Amino acid sequence: MATKASRSAARLMMAPAVILLLGWMLVPLIMTLWFSFRVYLPLRGGDQGWAGFSNYTRFVTSSAFWPSIQTTLIIVLGVLAITVIFGILIALLLDQPIWGQGVVRILVIAPFFVMPTVSALVWKNMFMDPVNGLFAHLWRFFGAEPVSWLSDASMPSIIMIVSWQWLPFATLILLTAVQSLDSEQLEAAEMDGAPWIKRFWFIILPHLSRAITIVILIQTIFLLAIFAEIFVTTGGAFGTRTLSYLIFQRVLESQNVGLGSAGGVYAIILANIIAIFLMRIVGKNLD
Amino acid sequence: MGQIQLKQVTKSFGDVQVIPPLDLTIEDGEFTVFVGPSGCGKSTLLRLIAGLEDITTGHIEIDGTDATDLVPAKRGLAMVFQSYALYPHMSVRKNIAFPLRMAKMDKAEIDRRVNAAAEVLNLADYIDRRPGQLSGGQRQRVAIGRAIVREPSAFLFDEPLSNLDAALRVGMRMEISELHKKLATTMVYVTHDQVEAMTMADKIVVLQAGVIEQVGSPLELYRTPRNTFVAGFIGSPKMNLITGEEAAKHDAATIGIRPEHIDVVESGGTWTGTVGVAEHLGSDTFFHIHNTGLAETITVRAIGDVNLTHGDTIQLTPRMDELHRFDADGLRIG
Ligand SMILES: Nc1ncnc2c1ncn2[C@@H]1O[C@H](COP(=O)(O)OP(=O)(O)OP(=O)(O)O)[C@@H](O)[C@H]1O
Ligand SMILES: [Mg+2]
Repeated sequence: MATKASRSAARLMMAPAVILLLGWMLVPLIMTLWFSFRVYLPLRGGDQGWAGFSNYTRFVTSSAFWPSIQTTLIIVLGVLAITVIFGILIALLLDQPIWGQGVVRILVIAPFFVMPTVSALVWKNMFMDPVNGLFAHLWRFFGAEPVSWLSDASMPSIIMIVSWQWLPFATLILLTAVQSLDSEQLEAAEMDGAPWIKRFWFIILPHLSRAITIVILIQTIFLLAIFAEIFVTTGGAFGTRTLSYLIFQRVLESQNVGLGSAGGVYAIILANIIAIFLMRIVGKNLD
Repeated sequence: MGQIQLKQVTKSFGDVQVIPPLDLTIEDGEFTVFVGPSGCGKSTLLRLIAGLEDITTGHIEIDGTDATDLVPAKRGLAMVFQSYALYPHMSVRKNIAFPLRMAKMDKAEIDRRVNAAAEVLNLADYIDRRPGQLSGGQRQRVAIGRAIVREPSAFLFDEPLSNLDAALRVGMRMEISELHKKLATTMVYVTHDQVEAMTMADKIVVLQAGVIEQVGSPLELYRTPRNTFVAGFIGSPKMNLITGEEAAKHDAATIGIRPEHIDVVESGGTWTGTVGVAEHLGSDTFFHIHNTGLAETITVRAIGDVNLTHGDTIQLTPRMDELHRFDADGLRIG
């Protein structure tokens, strides 16, 4: 792709894909922007004309807005912390020669193939149910009072469910990174007098930094929009209302499309701020 | 101090014994080279000394004290790896300072030692760069720098020059030899290149399938190889080994004669043959000669540029006093 002719040919051939993708993104984006400036109440008179910025001011001044931002960030950060830390630990363990390595690896990857709705239902009914859940039985076995997870410890429960889903992804990416480390580097560090913990800190962790950034970047994008897990478990109650869940409530439960769209625009802005921020870090790490 | 003694050391990977019982003493300050064909266990032996691999049975003593169960860091040895094994995310300075930081040395002393190493190895120009921004030869120097700052009692090198081009290899060979003269520290050097072994070593250890075939100075090995394996391995080009009738004339199962000990004569030679390939190096010419009735090919070195080409008939006279004789077991006679 060095010459002028080949470059313009390349552009021409990429055009259909680019136009399709642009349209795919632009149509919903423009519709969201359009509705966010309208008073649009589908069950109470439909589209009732211009609203100016009133939807935007109403959305942020609502008492639910800041808590929802906070909830979103707590879930994202909590899941990131758990998946990255445990991902590294599991990757290091899986890298050791163990009996039945292949089977163990497949088992570790398995949760990633379970649909979010299904896994949330399984957690809710099989593990966290205060009467019949496995946790309840376990608690009772030790003579303790069963915890009603989803109402009393709602945030930790949701973070746990979502982490369980994303841990395989983090582990997989980190495992390939661990395996690509030149073993002679570790041996050199060993001869240089670095005990295990220092070898981890000075050799393994810097080697993993690139993979960790990629895990953080990709997971953040998906975690900002988690919905099914909350819908299926708490339905946004008990302080688990994230920004995306709040938008859903405004549009479908309050039947206020204009207000929900304004929230959507805020979500886009938030996602972009975080994305730019992360891109900078990635740019530094991927040099 | 850096005397290393291996006593009845063996190493097995699973059921496969890579090193059968082996005894070896490396004297303090000596430059010892392990040579042998690929897969003969040179790296394994070096890693046993370093402690990166556990020995199966036997003992290793360093300076007279048992080091068999010591962890690598406690043995006071430094190793230079074939892949250099530099830490890619640290600058050259940090790489070299790493072992000192691990030893919790104070900052001023670290700086002093790193600067001294940089001076000895001419690293000053790129001390703040990362390994990824250096050439192969420069990386090699950094790896050596990281080894010398620790002031170890012995250096271990595993084929350190095999990734360099021929010209650079000759240069680095000299530098390592000079470093050895300057530091007077024990060095153990693994290579499969017998030229490297001959030019650098005080003592060469020739290995085959984990067994020591001979230990001695380069010239000892050259003059009195203990068996046919060492005879064929040391020296370039290889010694001509002749069996059969011709050997029987000398009361031996095999006789050996080096290419440089056969003279090309105009007439009245002991052996005749036809020239196959002639390699003209300017200073010397190597002829590969066929149809002598002695062996598949006989290699001969002629001094200067001798004008014989493919298919010419050639007459040869071996120097009888340079003839090596071996018995049916391949062992040297006399
Ligand atoms: N970790 C291991 N597990 C099993 N076998 C091994 C292991 N490391 C080495 N070996 C075997 O031990 C023998 C000696 O290997 P080693 O690496 O010491 O050879 P080498 O002399 O250094 O060869 P080269 O010149 O090719 O580097 C080889 O046959 C090799 O297959
Ligand atoms: Mg080797």
